[in-house]
Amino acid sequence: MAAPAGPAAPGATTPAFDLDRPLALDGRVALRPEPFGALAYHFGTRRLSFIKTPKLLAVVESLAEHGSGRAACAAAGVTDAELPAYAQALATLHASGMIGERGAS
Amino acid sequence: MTSVAPVTGRLVDHFEAGLDAPICLTWELTYACNLACVHCLSSSGRRDPRELSTEECMRVIDELQRMQVFYVNIGGGEPTVRRDFWELVDYATAHDVGVKFSTNGSRITPEIAARLAASDYVDVQVSLDGATAEVNDRVRGDGSYATAVRAMERLRDAGFRGFKLSVVVTRENASQLDAFKAIADAHGAQLRLTRLRPSGRGADVWDELHPTAEQQRELYDWLLAHGEDVLTGDSFFHLSAYGTALPGLNLCGAGRVVCLIDPVGDVYACPFAIHDAFLAGNVRDHGGFARVWRESELFLELRRPQATGACGSCGLYDACRGGCMAAKFFTGLPLAGPDPECVLGHGERALAARGDGAPPRSPVDHSRRAPRGRACDEDPLAAFRLEVRG
Repeated sequence: MAAPAGPAAPGATTPAFDLDRPLALDGRVALRPEPFGALAYHFGTRRLSFIKTPKLLAVVESLAEHGSGRAACAAAGVTDAELPAYAQALATLHASGMIGERGAS
Repeated sequence: MTSVAPVTGRLVDHFEAGLDAPICLTWELTYACNLACVHCLSSSGRRDPRELSTEECMRVIDELQRMQVFYVNIGGGEPTVRRDFWELVDYATAHDVGVKFSTNGSRITPEIAARLAASDYVDVQVSLDGATAEVNDRVRGDGSYATAVRAMERLRDAGFRGFKLSVVVTRENASQLDAFKAIADAHGAQLRLTRLRPSGRGADVWDELHPTAEQQRELYDWLLAHGEDVLTGDSFFHLSAYGTALPGLNLCGAGRVVCLIDPVGDVYACPFAIHDAFLAGNVRDHGGFARVWRESELFLELRRPQATGACGSCGLYDACRGGCMAAKFFTGLPLAGPDPECVLGHGERALAARGDGAPPRSPVDHSRRAPRGRACDEDPLAAFRLEVRG
């Protein structure tokens, strides 16, 4: 069923994001590679997000192959210095339903 | 739209330089319409006999799938009057191209509403330009308010959550924003406000209907207060010069990240720019839509840095980026210069300083009019000539 494209309704709770859990891209999300990174579109929420670095795209694309978000970042070459920004980006994608915990649903 | 940004970069620079495929695309499927809204941006009414066939539309959808265009905004005219409309919607969604279509609601039966509610890949946008029948019907025609509300009730009753209630903000409805929001909420819809452009028949009524400067300011404050809860299609980026930027890309995406395909396959830089000056090519041309998007002279030009004219020295240029190209063009203002609704009032002064020449008009007009032949028969001069000849 169609869902509002806006932010989650007030009072709706998004499960807390945990970088150490196994993650995956939502099945209703399409990625389109671009020179700056990628466009991500969620057909369920109709939200468009801009993934602003190729490295973040590599992380997002490979989430399902790793045991945790942290492991996916390490495998894509995210440095310790970059990790807080990438963790934040994954948290944002998680909050908007673009990515979720594997096996959570 | 959200930008997920571990590294701060100027995403806007990428967009201004253009992408290999549009982020989204407007596709007017037909010029036929059962209404005759006074501000119709595409001057719709009669069907064009050269309209793309079902087969041709499917080939365009194939191309959009290859280009990974996530979704198309289908409009018209009233797109649902095309006999193959639902067939094309099904074809698009089966080929990974989502559909959001605009409608006046006249064809949204309970059965159609149930079918729409069941799909993740189809979104609906019901047009309403007054929060009361009185205000709406003056612009969209008698009975159009009741028709739109009935469609919204059917969508709600079918369980469709989050369809769009789409409103063009005018001088007459600018005071009704809270009422529009209440109507949207009551139907489980999301409100979408867009800007009145002097495009199509909109050129005839723009002077009387475009919001006053005071109304623009109130609209900006209202939009800021409602944030991403209210959609705007990035329509009001010229208002960002008031201060805080509104949610969205805040740039003119014409030919860079958006474009229009019209019912006969002509590709224009944006939905508000149906004029030869913004015509990039036709999907029937060799190479199809992809070639027009990637290689047309016009689009390549729009992706190069644009002249800013008098706006270049304005401290607010980075906020409003000179406003809307179509709004300038169809009010007879130079493209390098202020938007007619510039928040600093430069547009009003530019309008006042225009020469006597009429602003450019779209040569594409499918408005239904009284047949002209009859009027000629009643011309007394014609009768006089017959007498002389006799």
